[in-house]
Amino acid sequence: MKKLMKGNEAIAEAAIRGGCRAFFGYPITPQNEIPEYLSKRLPEVGGVFIQSESEVAAINMVYGAAGSGARAMTSSSSPGISLKQEGISYICGAELPCVIVNMVRGGPGLGGIQPAQSDYFQAVKGGGHGDYHMLVYGPGTVQEAVDLIYDAFDKADQYRMPVMILGDGMLGQIMEAVEIPEFKDPATFPKKEWATDGTGFGANRRIINSLYIEPDVLEEINHRLFARYAELAEKELKYEAYMCDDAEVVLVAYGTVARISKSAVHTLREMGIKAGLFRPVTLYPFPEKQIAALAAKESVKRFVTIELSMGQMIEDVRLAVNGAKPVSFFGRTGGNVMTPDDIVAVIKEGK
Amino acid sequence: MEEKIIVAGFGGQGVLSLGQFVAYAAIADGKEVTWLPSYGPEMRGGTSNCSVVVSDQQVASPIISAPDCLIAMNKPSLYKFVDKVRPGGTVIVNRSLIPDHVERNDVDVIYIDAGALALEAGNAKTANIVVLGAYLAKSGIVSKELAAKVIEDKFARKPKVIPANLKALELGFAAVR
Amino acid sequence: MATVFKKTELLTDTPFSFCPGCTHGIACRLVAEVLDEMGEKGNIIGIAPVGCAVFAYKFFNCDMQEAAHGRAPAVATGIKRCNPDRTVFSYQGDGDLASIGAAEIIHAAARGENITVIFINNAIYGMTGGQMAPTTLVGQKTTTSPLGRTVAANGNPIRMAEMLATLDGPSYIARCALCDPANVRKAKQAIQKAFRNQKEGKGFSMVELLSTCPTNWGMTPVQATEFLKSEMTKIFPLGVFKEIE
Repeated sequence: MKKLMKGNEAIAEAAIRGGCRAFFGYPITPQNEIPEYLSKRLPEVGGVFIQSESEVAAINMVYGAAGSGARAMTSSSSPGISLKQEGISYICGAELPCVIVNMVRGGPGLGGIQPAQSDYFQAVKGGGHGDYHMLVYGPGTVQEAVDLIYDAFDKADQYRMPVMILGDGMLGQIMEAVEIPEFKDPATFPKKEWATDGTGFGANRRIINSLYIEPDVLEEINHRLFARYAELAEKELKYEAYMCDDAEVVLVAYGTVARISKSAVHTLREMGIKAGLFRPVTLYPFPEKQIAALAAKESVKRFVTIELSMGQMIEDVRLAVNGAKPVSFFGRTGGNVMTPDDIVAVIKEGK
Repeated sequence: MEEKIIVAGFGGQGVLSLGQFVAYAAIADGKEVTWLPSYGPEMRGGTSNCSVVVSDQQVASPIISAPDCLIAMNKPSLYKFVDKVRPGGTVIVNRSLIPDHVERNDVDVIYIDAGALALEAGNAKTANIVVLGAYLAKSGIVSKELAAKVIEDKFARKPKVIPANLKALELGFAAVR
Repeated sequence: MATVFKKTELLTDTPFSFCPGCTHGIACRLVAEVLDEMGEKGNIIGIAPVGCAVFAYKFFNCDMQEAAHGRAPAVATGIKRCNPDRTVFSYQGDGDLASIGAAEIIHAAARGENITVIFINNAIYGMTGGQMAPTTLVGQKTTTSPLGRTVAANGNPIRMAEMLATLDGPSYIARCALCDPANVRKAKQAIQKAFRNQKEGKGFSMVELLSTCPTNWGMTPVQATEFLKSEMTKIFPLGVFKEIE
């Protein structure tokens, strides 16, 4: 039975259904409904909720909890995610699974509290120090966010890395009808032999660590991580190609902006302009081969990347298109959001 | 069918809940819907608005370029959005707080004294429900009966306020019919 | 031949990486002995810091997590809340606990997290090469206070034990000195008390151990021990600052 729910609350409930039993976070707009919801809901299912003293502490609590085997999660918005970068780097270095939600707001600095996509680089390129990535999803609807976070803990466990849900203020605040999935059975979760559950002694003791003083050892770790990223690119890519079969102009957008772009595609088609939409759902790994294949099609004349930023994902689009077709950009920033008509006007002008 | 509505007014006038009632009723009617609020400090004492899209199909953009209907509960909201309403669309004006005449000839304008009708219904806080009634009468997007059921559900914990809200719905509906 | 002394099995066979004359080794041994004597083998999760004890995960024979600099109390919080029956301890130095991790230790203490914190205060950053610490004494020379710490430039040293004792969360806070056998025995008793409190669910406990750093203090081990006894204890008096029954 579908239920009208606010994005943030639906995400929180789906996280619990997906096995999350520990949340650590610090208040920041526009994601507060997630911790507020979980502060009530997690104790009901025997879980742990802590409002930490800072985002720095929150992500390190996630580190500890995840390292000891719990399905742990944190959520925040842009400035708070910046503070969490230290911990995220350590979590990636120590190969710990967890889920991180970023309901992005405008920046830089304190910025604003309205929706933005200006943390794309931070999310997909690493964000903290060192060579690492994480699995990054950019859901477009509340239902998609629910479905992705529901399985995110499985993916995190499987690949032993953080999974980030990169939303924006709109995704958190919007209400839509959603189908909330059933509780996953913890008995089906993989056993974590590597976790410090406290029973360790002698040969079977476990160490959660990201310190490797020997260059050869650290290099090997880096290669191991990147082999896993290659596996992600092979197995975990998600994207939507909408009306791209005969499209002459392909809009590339993710998250809420992709929905606005989809409406623009409808209007453009009514006007006789053959527009399509390519929507990456995994932002890391990025569906570069699929975009390259579109660029190779004769019917495709150009790409327009549409973002709530000064242009970040466009760099990955350009790398994928690799000069085969022109790639242009339309974006709004500061928390402003374009309307479908704004996009239509840009495409009509041939920009 | 796709109907795009912007509801705007002062924080505290119940504009967000008015939009939610439309959304809940549309969901109950088996339609797809998005409800997107303005959020942040502008809500506190300032203006507040929400965008509601009701459709037979999955809603693409929750952001509205040109609403089919604007519900303006106060003066600043009317002027902020009135030019965006699509030609042939509807503007519902809360006469109790907006004495102005809408200067567009290409839209239907409904003036409704929501404050007075709310008082008549027995509760000054039901002005938003009066307007909901007026909107449903004009748009026919969901039935009045379904909206009444949603009101009963949503106020289930405060049964005392249900009669006034149902009356407000009727009065608003009748004012347009 | 009769065995007259045996290393606790809660220390691994990995040789300590500490400098000659440093008292870290004593602190590690005391912690391991106490846990061993309490029968905690196979029920422990420890957290190593960043600093001279960064390799503590190699020394303690139990499950260990290596934390980012200063974050051990937050890591311990995450572990303990998800594993309330395990004995969880952090082992931190003065830069880690009193400087970069000041917020984490204060809030773990304020929440009354049921963990045990071992705080090594040797008044200097050892691992990075002898820089000034928040607990460096006024007048003490370090590589970043080459003419000696001044109040005008750097303020006075922080007394963490006294400060945390003002909070309602902690159940036990004590400061001991690793400077002679009698004081080492007292330190062991304090560590026992701290872990016992955790077992009894009384909440946060911390034992601050005044320690020497002959290498970075530029002293012989004997001189360093004398300095600890005569100078450090003036600024950091020994005693129990908080104890609830």
